[in-house]
Amino acid sequence: MRVALVLPAALFGVLALAFAAFMILGRDPRLLPSTMIDQPVPAFTLPALRTGEPGLASADLNAGAGVKLVNFFASWCVPCRVEQPVLMRFAREGGAPIFGINYKDKPEDAIKWLKELGDPFARVAADRDGRAAIDWGVYGIPETFVIDPAGRIRYRHAGPITQDVLERNLMPVIKEAAK
Amino acid sequence: MRTAWLGAGLALFGLLAVLAAAPAPAVQPDEMLADTALEARARAIGKNLRCLVCQNQSIDDSDAGLARDLRILVRQRLTAGDSDAQVIDFVVARYGDFVLLNPPLKPVTYALWVGPAVIFGLAALSVVIYFRRPRKRPAPASAAALSAEERERLRRLLGAERPR
Repeated sequence: MRVALVLPAALFGVLALAFAAFMILGRDPRLLPSTMIDQPVPAFTLPALRTGEPGLASADLNAGAGVKLVNFFASWCVPCRVEQPVLMRFAREGGAPIFGINYKDKPEDAIKWLKELGDPFARVAADRDGRAAIDWGVYGIPETFVIDPAGRIRYRHAGPITQDVLERNLMPVIKEAAK
Repeated sequence: MRTAWLGAGLALFGLLAVLAAAPAPAVQPDEMLADTALEARARAIGKNLRCLVCQNQSIDDSDAGLARDLRILVRQRLTAGDSDAQVIDFVVARYGDFVLLNPPLKPVTYALWVGPAVIFGLAALSVVIYFRRPRKRPAPASAAALSAEERERLRRLLGAERPR
């Protein structure tokens, strides 16, 4: 009799605690796990943002030793402004080459934006219609991918790269991928 | 009486207005295919693909840029001769099962599919147990259990109501 009275409340308590723990400790359920992890870089060929410069294709990311970063950005993207100084510092300190893919943007706006905030990219390609981004499984920019020397995607970060994200999430993966 | 009818009429109108305001699909005329059969297939696929930006809308209901891109992509694949399953696999390969509004039955989704039935079953079982369990009834009170004093008081209380 006592058990029957207490049991529903106890079950409710356990469920509430489980949900609370998941909300506080768990990952954000809106974040999408990438299907691209440990997959080779998807096939794509994009023109350069600035005419006369080399574009970017999957072959550029498969070739050459070392870890590379691929960063999707746009001049209209507000969080991209947040991460730009972090990417600038990362590039200056020679962390790894960053390949920028300018997503659904007007080239003149993007060029102006890079002049204003700095250009940390080894190359900047333009994905005007966002089709290549779909092949990368991008669902909102900024998104940053870590590519290992063999040309496989090792990590994807959705959202701006803050100094904290760089040190806590990206650097360990970059070190691991370099092995 | 008149105002009651007016009120009922207004309520009915309000209800109809709400029911009629079904969400219009966000599919734009410039995206639609001339081939109505292909367009119908595209709509059927789009209804089951989640918009990854708004997450609780299908790509057909969403005005987000990515939803539009995916709608166009679905139509491109269909025009290129893909089957419905190939189109869906194409999108799932890039965005995972999360993009499906109707998740597939696999080991990771067993809890999702079976969970509600299990919880309902447990609830039904506890109701059955609760009602079938024999209950201790309080012993029927006999008149003899009352003392003379109590009987007198009862008579007075009942008698007091009688004159009405």
